[in-house]
Amino acid sequence: MAPILELQDVHAAYGRIEVLHGVDLAVPRGAVVALLGPNGAGKSTLLKVCSGRLRATSGHVHLGGSHVNDAAPDALARAGLCTIPEGRGIFPNLTVAENLRLSGLAGQASAAEIYETAFARFPRLAERYDQLAGSLSGGEQQMLAMARALVTDPAVLLVDELSMGLAPLIVRQLYEVLAQIAERGVTVVAVEQFADTALAVADFAAVMTQGRIVAFDEPGVVRRDLAELYLGGATV
Amino acid sequence: MNVFFTYTVLGCVIGASYAIAASGLVLTYATTRIFNVAHGATAMVMAFVYWELAYNQGLSNWLSVLIVVFGVAPLFGALLERWVIRRVADAGIGVTLVVTCAVLVGLVGAAEKVWPPGVHQVRQFFAGHGVVIGMVRITGNDLLTVGLAVAAGAVLYGFLAFTRTGVAMRAAVDDKELLALHGGRPHRMSAIAWAMGSSLAALAGILLVSAQPGQLNYISLTLLVVNSYAAAMAGRLTSLPRTFIGALVLGLLNAYASGYLWTSPGWTEFREAIPAIFLLSMLLLMPQAQLRVGRLTGVPGVRTPEMRRVGMATAALLLAVVIGNAVLSNANVNRMALGLCFAILALSLVPLTGFSGYVSLAQFSFFGVGALTVAKTHSSAPTAVLAGALLAALAGILVALPSLRLQGLYLALSTIAFAQIMDSMVFQNPSLGGFGGSLKTERLDLLGYRFASDKAYAILAAAVFCVVGAVVIVLRKGRYGRILIALRDSPAACATLGLNPRLARVAVFAGSAAIAGLGGGLYAGLQNQVGSADFQFFNSLPLLLIVVCAGVTSVSGALLGGMLLMALNSYPSAQAYLFLILAVAAVGLGKQPNGITGWLFEMREHPLAGRLGFGSAGVARTIAARSVASGTVVGAPVAVGENAEVEA
Repeated sequence: MAPILELQDVHAAYGRIEVLHGVDLAVPRGAVVALLGPNGAGKSTLLKVCSGRLRATSGHVHLGGSHVNDAAPDALARAGLCTIPEGRGIFPNLTVAENLRLSGLAGQASAAEIYETAFARFPRLAERYDQLAGSLSGGEQQMLAMARALVTDPAVLLVDELSMGLAPLIVRQLYEVLAQIAERGVTVVAVEQFADTALAVADFAAVMTQGRIVAFDEPGVVRRDLAELYLGGATV
Repeated sequence: MNVFFTYTVLGCVIGASYAIAASGLVLTYATTRIFNVAHGATAMVMAFVYWELAYNQGLSNWLSVLIVVFGVAPLFGALLERWVIRRVADAGIGVTLVVTCAVLVGLVGAAEKVWPPGVHQVRQFFAGHGVVIGMVRITGNDLLTVGLAVAAGAVLYGFLAFTRTGVAMRAAVDDKELLALHGGRPHRMSAIAWAMGSSLAALAGILLVSAQPGQLNYISLTLLVVNSYAAAMAGRLTSLPRTFIGALVLGLLNAYASGYLWTSPGWTEFREAIPAIFLLSMLLLMPQAQLRVGRLTGVPGVRTPEMRRVGMATAALLLAVVIGNAVLSNANVNRMALGLCFAILALSLVPLTGFSGYVSLAQFSFFGVGALTVAKTHSSAPTAVLAGALLAALAGILVALPSLRLQGLYLALSTIAFAQIMDSMVFQNPSLGGFGGSLKTERLDLLGYRFASDKAYAILAAAVFCVVGAVVIVLRKGRYGRILIALRDSPAACATLGLNPRLARVAVFAGSAAIAGLGGGLYAGLQNQVGSADFQFFNSLPLLLIVVCAGVTSVSGALLGGMLLMALNSYPSAQAYLFLILAVAAVGLGKQPNGITGWLFEMREHPLAGRLGFGSAGVARTIAARSVASGTVVGAPVAVGENAEVEA
């Protein structure tokens, strides 16, 4: 089956400093891919390139067969790519309800449909309906961000560090939701530093070190080789 | 009782037009975080367009209103956003204020060109109609104004709270990138906001000129909107309901003041200062701004020159003035001396805005204090000039102390309020020691030598500029300079080091004001005659614009700025070209915050820059605050001018 998201020899840089040195990645349609790697490996940068927030200096990015190197983030979002960036993808000065309404910008769903879907999965958000999103707890904020992935029904979901700064129990709940979203046939790429949590729900795992993908395999294989991959690629 | 009722109605009507203007200001600020100084100028130009259509082209009044409010104004707002605002959207408050100042100056200039001074009468709407309540007659125009204000407020509130586009506009303020990830179009949102803001400015402008039928005036309508700044500040620039209440209170204060305050001199001036006092009070009531921890704003500066280079530059400037004296006509020598006085004034912005990042729109007021002191003492002694600088420093402390808690835009607005208060209550007020028309001044005597000729005066001004410039550079290189830069880049990091920002801040305001006062004293001596009009608040807008465009972070930038300001005043025929240069430079500030001199410094191989010793060292691409930030820069390498995350 043709990959839905494909990167070929992608290089990307911040100013003059190159961070991605030729990334090749093919994400099969409907798969959950855990993107693992140590700090500074370039995982978040890779997601930035995929979501149109950072332009690749060379190489090709294909989404659903189209060449999307130069596409704007909003165009990609409307084309069915949902990105939840690092550090809670919410608007702190808008209410929970207003945050949810904005989820409709990328799709066709009405406000009522959005509330219904989101509150059915996250009843806690219904209680906080009129509260400013910035005043929610970390876990609730991440729920709100995940609710967008739930209601927009995207083709591809990119999640960056879902577990960041959250209690293990909350992380487990959020990964359950991620698994539910994947069951609907949504392709998921989840960047994660804590390998075990992500590997538990993944169909495939990719390991990045120093701006390159050094392994792409079944979760079991990657789990076995993880220590070697991390240390082998790292310079001490 | 009837009198009271009359003034209350009048106050409500005035308040209603302020409310319309202020709500436009709030809309653009709340959705793009850019404070539009040119809001009043937009209102003024749109009122002129209305006059053109309705009175010059003979269209019906109502059709003209519709064309302006729903056609010309939103188009102008959207184009302004597309070509100007978008380019500086992520720049600091200094840059955005300067860019909107540029728009203001450009609009005033354009209006003067297109509609040369003459009779521009506008009649009231529903003239001859009205209702009588008790003994008070309320005109149709008044009812229309109040009705439109209520309607505009309700429509805006509903739009922002209940429509998806409105919510997306507010979301764009929080995080543009995230809005794009949601599938929203951040640029379209800000274009809509600016189009609507411009429409509201147009509506307010038309209502204001038709309420008080009389001459359409370029400046008074532009500045009248300072009143709407005050109202908008009552709603902290974000709350529409509170903005409307603020506008109403201000309207009533104005009306009661004209009804009940004494008409003796002194009180008349006080009445004019009411909006500025209201603005200042609103600002002082603001809660303490929180120190933002975990964010570090890196601003690239120019490298401070070595003292050898400073010496060479001093010699080069003095030589240039001597050559200028030899080859230029008398009138042009006078202009050169004027330019050098303005350069000292421009220099006052270097430590304040360039190093510390505080935007001041009161520099001409400090300049005026220096000039006023020299003029009042009728003295030719240098002590008069120094006394002027000292008094200006005191005025600087007066500005700095109450606004210690204010940051960024709010601080800039407090300097606007101060400058307006100085204008109406001091400079124009003979009973409080103002100019009262104009005053004669003397040329300076120094150690028995009288700088009677313009040539001698030019050399004096150049020497003073060089000395003050060298002092500024020495301070910048020392501990105090490092503290200023560190405070600008990360007040939070400084707080963790135990630095007290207050003293440094008051000192930089006092020092800057003293430099401006010194320039003012020299200016007074050069001009032989000075008046309150020379030091009006309005002058500070082009000053800030020119100096920041020329390069507010370097002494060379101040020299260029002073000369450009002189050229703008002295060569009316060159104004159009100068504005063009400034417009390009202002928009370029988003890329190069060090202005024209920043670009020049970047051209390392530029032969002229090298030979004059004004730099050629290149822009220091370092982030000074890194040395004081308590943490490491993580994630991506820091690009110049971009925000860098710091681990808190």
